[in-house]
Amino acid sequence: MSFVRSHILVSGGTHSPFSSNMEVAELFNQQLKKNGNRGDVMVVLTDLNIPALSPIALIYPEGTYYTVSSPQDIEQIVQEHVLRGQIVTHLLYKGVHLDSNNYSIDKTPFFKKQKRIALRNCGIINPEKIDEYIAHDGYQALAKCLTEKTPEQVIEIIDQSGLRGRGGAGFPTARKWLFAAQAPGTVKYVCCNADEGDPGAFMDRSVMEGDPHSLIEAMAIAAYAIGSEQGYIYVRAEYPIAVERLKVAIGQAEEYGFLGNHIFGTDFCFHLEIRLGAGAFVCGEETALMTSIEGKRGEPRPRPPFPAIKGLFGKPTILNNVETYANVAWIIDHGPEAFAAMGTERSKGTKVFALGGKIENTGLVEIPMGTTLREIVYDIGGGVPNKKKFKAAQTGGPSGGCIPADMIDISIDYDSLAEAGAMMGSGGLIVMDEDNCMVDIAKYFLEFTVDESCGKCSPCRIGTKRLHEILEKITSGNGEMTDLDLLEELCQHIKSSALCGLGQTAPNPVLSTLRHFREEYVAHVVEKRCPAGVCKNLLYYVILGDRCKGCTVCKNNCPTGAISGELKQPHHIDQSICVKCGACIEKCKFDAIVKK
Amino acid sequence: MAITIDELNAIRDREKKRIDISENQDGKIRVAIGMATCGIAAGAKSVLGALNREIERRNLKNIEVTQTGCIGVCRLEPIVDVYMPGREKVTYVKMDPEKAARIVAEHLVNQTVVVDYTIGTI
Repeated sequence: MSFVRSHILVSGGTHSPFSSNMEVAELFNQQLKKNGNRGDVMVVLTDLNIPALSPIALIYPEGTYYTVSSPQDIEQIVQEHVLRGQIVTHLLYKGVHLDSNNYSIDKTPFFKKQKRIALRNCGIINPEKIDEYIAHDGYQALAKCLTEKTPEQVIEIIDQSGLRGRGGAGFPTARKWLFAAQAPGTVKYVCCNADEGDPGAFMDRSVMEGDPHSLIEAMAIAAYAIGSEQGYIYVRAEYPIAVERLKVAIGQAEEYGFLGNHIFGTDFCFHLEIRLGAGAFVCGEETALMTSIEGKRGEPRPRPPFPAIKGLFGKPTILNNVETYANVAWIIDHGPEAFAAMGTERSKGTKVFALGGKIENTGLVEIPMGTTLREIVYDIGGGVPNKKKFKAAQTGGPSGGCIPADMIDISIDYDSLAEAGAMMGSGGLIVMDEDNCMVDIAKYFLEFTVDESCGKCSPCRIGTKRLHEILEKITSGNGEMTDLDLLEELCQHIKSSALCGLGQTAPNPVLSTLRHFREEYVAHVVEKRCPAGVCKNLLYYVILGDRCKGCTVCKNNCPTGAISGELKQPHHIDQSICVKCGACIEKCKFDAIVKK
Repeated sequence: MAITIDELNAIRDREKKRIDISENQDGKIRVAIGMATCGIAAGAKSVLGALNREIERRNLKNIEVTQTGCIGVCRLEPIVDVYMPGREKVTYVKMDPEKAARIVAEHLVNQTVVVDYTIGTI
């Protein structure tokens, strides 16, 4: 029995130029024989039920559909497709014409306003193939720095670009590198903060998983600039894929000689290692991070001395965020002026935001500094779903503050946000609508900071706990007006006396919501009411008598038996038994139950 | 084997030609699947498997299936980008193994975009 490697099915043709499909099949067989076919390609007559004027030839195993209008077509199909495996494009049976193309993500409104620098390769290259990184000008910047520039010149380029730290504080990167470069000593370290502890932030994860080499190249450049030979990437252990991709990338970079000794044949040597975090938010703070790398419990220490003078293992150290590094190679490749051309006077370049919350288009966006919040929420984010009203945007996670709706035209840059009592932060941007309670939001962030406080200093250890207790009091309906004054006073004390950024910024959500949404706090305290309908203790589930049909569905679904009523009679909820689980509202088909 | 700058440039020029679809005229189609945490969590691995299986079943020789990182629209993962020589890329979203098989049959083999699965339609 001979082996058939390919089938040609012939079918259809309502206005065929041939006398019959038998003739088409015969012509195919003739062509095959002429080209040396020994029976491993079989022609079959069939009916494919496809509407077509001319006969269709379906070639298996590929599944290609051709329109056959002349003996020349048959010749071409046999010679090019059957024998050489090349699809004959112009003979393909046309469905939708391919050229009218708006099917690319690049054409969507979400993408069009973005300017991708840090994320330039994410979603484009294969992160596990170093050659693809090289194809996109990878390691050109490192080569240029090592062979054409002095360390001082490299720092000068970064300075001219205006790059500021993307981890949240926005400290000028070049100035940090300069301090370390000028610090005495021959042993210096380059560190990368890849802890990304902010809840809801995943910008750094994206860079590490999608473009790990950009991080490696930038750290090598930084090491050259300050005179270091050893680097550490501190990655949170909750990012296993990022860790894996980094390991692969480091291995490949070592193989190609971009890491190790005498890189590009120069005197410059640089080695890179990964260190894993262990689930502590505080280890995203620079001194705590370094303490953790040293093998001790992650606790911050007082500054001065600053890490650039005395950091890891007591040596001059620079610590930069993943996103900061992701910009470095681009700046060297395209020149600092190109970077400085984007953004505002004092906030240059772009920023990556993790857009989340009550917004249509969640995800990562990279936009020039100076873009307004309105553009982010409506043009890029697609607006608030379900026709709800935009209430506020929270930036900076547990260290940040909120921007209320009446400030929606604010320019997103370091200084404008700081003035508004918010903070750029690492890039988390949570959009909130009318159904979010601002007091509850503040309480939620305090829960997080209380949990993550390392406990070393009293202002943070005790202060955040007390703040949380007061907020708990307010949201459960036991607040007093004096509590609001106490909150504010306590916040100021904690801010001014906490040892590290965690404590110093923990009060920000409270201060920010108090400043912009004081009336909500007052409603909780004075009226014992939650305007947004969130704080459970201040809510009452009520059955509207004129809408209730007495169908008993809610009564049957209530887990605590709080609903009473006869069939076909309006039902009633006993507030002392009700646990506000919401099951009744979900089940009611008549919209007869409301939260008040 | 530390490479020199000239070797670096040679790799760049060679790889650029290979993966740049506007210059690439030798007919190689590139299919990229988002395989960051978001993609994998959404099921990208089974989509990858389905693509490979279908391509092998049809004995297609000119297709490169590769992985890529997160493009930023995580809620639409698994995402598959199809790069065809001389044409703009097509972005398919919310993919699953069944849709993957259909894309191989209709788009990769018969060059017909499956419009319903593209990002513009969602």
